[in-house]
Amino acid sequence: MSTQAQPVSRRGGKTPAAGPQNKEVGEDRKRKTQGRAAALLIIPSMIVLAIVIVYPVINAIIMSFQKDQGLNPVTGTFVAGGFAGLGNYIHWLFQQCNTPSGPAACPAGTLGSQFWSATGTTFLLTVITVALETVIGFWMAVIMSRAFRGRSALRAAVLVPWAIPTAVTAKLWFFIFAFDGIANTLFHTSILWTGSEWPARSAIIIADVWKTTPFMALLILAGLQIIPAEVYEAAKVDGASAWQRFTQITLPLVRPALMVAILFRTLDALRMFDLPFIMTGGANGTTTLSILVINQIRVGFNSAAALSTITFLIIFIVAFIFVRFLGANAVASASGTGKAKIK
Amino acid sequence: MSTATATLDAAAAKSVARRRENWASTRTYISAAIILIWCLIPFYWMIVTAFRDVGYTFDPTPFFTHVTWDNFTTVFSENLGNHFARNLLNSLIVAGVTTIVALLFGVFAAYALARLEFRFKFLVLGFVLGASMFPGVAIVTPLFQLFTNLGWIGTYQALIIPNISFVLPLTVYTLTSFFREMPWELEEAARIDGCTQGQAFRKVIMPLAAPAVFTTAILAFIGAWNEFLIASQLSNANTATVTVAIASFAGAQPHQEPYTAVMAAGTVVTIPLVILVLVFQRKIVAGLTAGAVK
Repeated sequence: MSTQAQPVSRRGGKTPAAGPQNKEVGEDRKRKTQGRAAALLIIPSMIVLAIVIVYPVINAIIMSFQKDQGLNPVTGTFVAGGFAGLGNYIHWLFQQCNTPSGPAACPAGTLGSQFWSATGTTFLLTVITVALETVIGFWMAVIMSRAFRGRSALRAAVLVPWAIPTAVTAKLWFFIFAFDGIANTLFHTSILWTGSEWPARSAIIIADVWKTTPFMALLILAGLQIIPAEVYEAAKVDGASAWQRFTQITLPLVRPALMVAILFRTLDALRMFDLPFIMTGGANGTTTLSILVINQIRVGFNSAAALSTITFLIIFIVAFIFVRFLGANAVASASGTGKAKIK
Repeated sequence: MSTATATLDAAAAKSVARRRENWASTRTYISAAIILIWCLIPFYWMIVTAFRDVGYTFDPTPFFTHVTWDNFTTVFSENLGNHFARNLLNSLIVAGVTTIVALLFGVFAAYALARLEFRFKFLVLGFVLGASMFPGVAIVTPLFQLFTNLGWIGTYQALIIPNISFVLPLTVYTLTSFFREMPWELEEAARIDGCTQGQAFRKVIMPLAAPAVFTTAILAFIGAWNEFLIASQLSNANTATVTVAIASFAGAQPHQEPYTAVMAAGTVVTIPLVILVLVFQRKIVAGLTAGAVK
């Protein structure tokens, strides 16, 4: 039921007389009084969010234009701090470090030389995990949407990986992928899972898929349940095959929910930290942007602030592309306007 | 004769259809079993290992063998440098206070977003949604410096304040979708039946809204309880939460990953959540998916 259809004043005030003109005036007045009440209710939360998010972010942006105080780890000279201009950004984006003979490419192994590889790793892990989670999640959602005995048990079981803290998940899969662990024993392999690039990445990807596919499946399932059964019945009567029903009915109708699920998961995967940090410590090509920021914090936080600002911008741009070009309108579905599209 | 063939045909078609239906339902059960095993086996393996003697850490027997409580003793052993009871208390305080604060503010904002008409509603929702997607590292860096200067590293507020940054948006977002679905006409009906506004709120709205608020509280608590990045940077030995403790655990043998003890710690941390999830499964699913599709 929409709010407009409700009686105007909840304090027992006079309801405006019927008639289009009066009604409009009433609507306008209602909007005004409700606006004042809404402001009172919403402003406290907005202030809290401003303190815990907006203030730190502005702080980070200011910090990112400052030099880090202390000894320069490369040259051994003392840096006094002060205004750095775009120095910190150039340091990361062009992987330039200060040497006694002026700026040069950062030596391999230093944090400064890892920006683009960390960006690559982050996007690689994001694309692979989100793709796998979408496909497997869709399959799980289709199974869970069918009517069979034990369905609610299945839905409960699916929540278990989701509820386990990521730190525990990381340790659990670290144990499973240990050299003497159950994975090598079961498959009669002797892979040093965390010892080289692709095994390490595979271990992280498998752990992430295990943990977050259920969430994806539940979001897609919610989308599937909105599709009325009569649509399928009608298609069946018209002789549509199972594949046709999937591509012609399920996919287009579930698309809004699916896009929102993919958007949520993508933004979540882009800030991936817990799993690689605990499983590999970022070794062997598993350093994500978040890990690089955390490693930099204790070396120099102004430079870390520049990197975290870059990370934030990257995620923002990805979100923008999703909403603008792929039509993943999470706000619209949150505010209820997505309803019309789905039905 | 023609009627006889027709019935025969119909019967044959029916049996084919039934066989096809049976096959479809068998396939559903097989798929469901695969999903069930895939989701639960690693969790089961954690519990089996948690109860296994440390000498048999890599024993692949899939049942409970060499059962012992030793790993749980190790987990809570102060002598080995583990302060897991302290860590549990820390997590409880941080997650609990975060949840309460987020709900106190979030309930009002969500009510306004769900029930009232005002300008900038879209903007506010967009901001809340954007905030919930915000990367943790972007605020940890400045807060690390700020809290270091304030001497707050090792205090609870240093963990609670950044936690609110992602729990409050989640709370507002989930509650808004819940509140939008509530039958608010009942409030009006109670007023017409002679309730005062206070009575209508207490006797009609509160019981209706309580499950939504409760579900949101569970989601918020799980989110804060599972947080690792912020806690790993802004806590010290006194305020380390369980996730931080598990990531750097000490066992009986130095320089050896104490797998069985870590699995025991993981079990201690996870079992309450899993029970919570199994009991409130329906509500949690509704809360997780609220807003994403409706």
